[in-house]
Amino acid sequence: MKMQAESTIKQKTVSQLPSHGEIIDFEIKLLIEAIQFRYGYDFSHYAQASLTRRISSCLKKFELGNVSELIPKIIHDVEYFESFLREVSVTVTEMFRDPLVFKVLRDKIFTQLQTYSRINIWHAGCATGEEVYSLAIMLKEEGLLSRSRIYATDFNNHSLAIAEQGIYKAEKIPLFTKNYLLTGGKASFADYYQAKHSHAIMHEELKQHMTFAHHNLIKDQCFAQMHLIICRNVLIYFDRTLQDSVLGLFHQSLVHRGYLLLGDKESLDFSQKKNCFTAIAKEQRIFQKVSYE
Amino acid sequence: MLLMKIAALNNTYKALVIGVSAGGFQALKHILPRFPKNFPLSVIIVQHRGEAVQETSSKDDFLIHHFQQHCQMTVKEAISGEKICKSTIYFAPAKYHLLIEKEESFSLSLEPPVNFSIPSIDVLFESASACYKNCLIGLILTGANSDGSMGLREIHLNNGLTLVQNPATADVDVMPKAAMESHTVDYILPLLEIAPFLCDLMQEEKG
Ligand SMILES: C[S@@+](CC[C@H](N)C(=O)[O-])C[C@H]1O[C@@H](n2cnc3c(N)ncnc32)[C@H](O)[C@@H]1O
Repeated sequence: MKMQAESTIKQKTVSQLPSHGEIIDFEIKLLIEAIQFRYGYDFSHYAQASLTRRISSCLKKFELGNVSELIPKIIHDVEYFESFLREVSVTVTEMFRDPLVFKVLRDKIFTQLQTYSRINIWHAGCATGEEVYSLAIMLKEEGLLSRSRIYATDFNNHSLAIAEQGIYKAEKIPLFTKNYLLTGGKASFADYYQAKHSHAIMHEELKQHMTFAHHNLIKDQCFAQMHLIICRNVLIYFDRTLQDSVLGLFHQSLVHRGYLLLGDKESLDFSQKKNCFTAIAKEQRIFQKVSYE
Repeated sequence: MLLMKIAALNNTYKALVIGVSAGGFQALKHILPRFPKNFPLSVIIVQHRGEAVQETSSKDDFLIHHFQQHCQMTVKEAISGEKICKSTIYFAPAKYHLLIEKEESFSLSLEPPVNFSIPSIDVLFESASACYKNCLIGLILTGANSDGSMGLREIHLNNGLTLVQNPATADVDVMPKAAMESHTVDYILPLLEIAPFLCDLMQEEKG
């Protein structure tokens, strides 16, 4: 009997056993299912290639041998899950990234926002907040900050906490300053922060107009009527289905003729929601809501 | 020998991924324009750019414009979510990693640089290998760092075909030499023989 069992296994080895890559894919499927079951976060509509990369760098960091080992830890330890989330989400950002985009936002869109007595802006996937402060600085220089409210959201609590503090490494300041000038900055960037030791602390005045909140684009609803939504370099991590559902959420949240700003390499061309928006500045990925009435 | 490898694998190549760094523009000029219009592969390229080039997207356009004018194949920048077509040359956009999804489409990521590079050759090669398996050809050209070696190894492990530019013919030989150190290279080719080799290979496959 034993002999037979062994030979069956051997036969399988030759022809049918899954490859290393297939095993990893299977483990990741199990992991995604566990997370969905336990925390209600559905990662199945993330672009799998980069998710797979992030998960394997997570394994290295946590010193685990394979994806399966992650599963019990994530199921039974909420804090472990938080650090997992921190590792898998890509939170790289900078102030005034792609300065020309911010310049066009300032020159073209802010003039339109001027007509509103109160301006609601949703910054979705704000990561550590650099772009939120960039936006507040521009609003201030255009005389709009006092009537603006920026809702800055992310599903990564760790980076959200950094965003709320608004303290950044001094070594980043030269880059931020250079970008700021390229956006048509009207003052000196140094006017907006206080240097302390090796850090720059952003001014309180900017923060007064920001509300930071946990919001998960996969499962949470919209929470206010927005005049402008900024969501850059977040959709690149989603598959088309999830992109469409998030774009639907944005469409729902925007006021009539509200604006949407996406990342430099994000396009609506392949989206089912393509016709819900019209391009205002195609190169800069600035769109306007089209309503059907 | 070449025939043996193809016969043994009994497959058809679908994509060619190219990693190139310092001196890359000149090297690519000897390769891309020589592919016929209906070349049956998708050609996907990570070209490292210098700092200066990264800053303006217009320089990026230059690379693409140049090859659009001089190539018979269609040349474009890879777009996030785009389905990958054959007979087309794609360049990774500056400042993003380019990855390939299992359903043969592109995705982008802003992860920190890998091997000091964004886009990184390893990131492209590893994801391409997971998608195309043994239907992939990987090629490392001239360059000054070791990005791409891990990715080329991955292609080899998945039974893809691995090619490296002969370092003696490279503007900067660090990258091809680093790739050769992993002992997973099928062919080491002088720059001028790369295009003819690939054209013959695809011709033989057809026949
Ligand atoms: C690369 S950062 C973008 C930062 C900034 N907008 C920029 O472009 O510089 C992507 C952010 O999206 C967030 N994110 C990813 N999936 C999310 C989700 N389902 N809900 C909310 N935020 C998400 C990540 O936590 C991360 O902070």
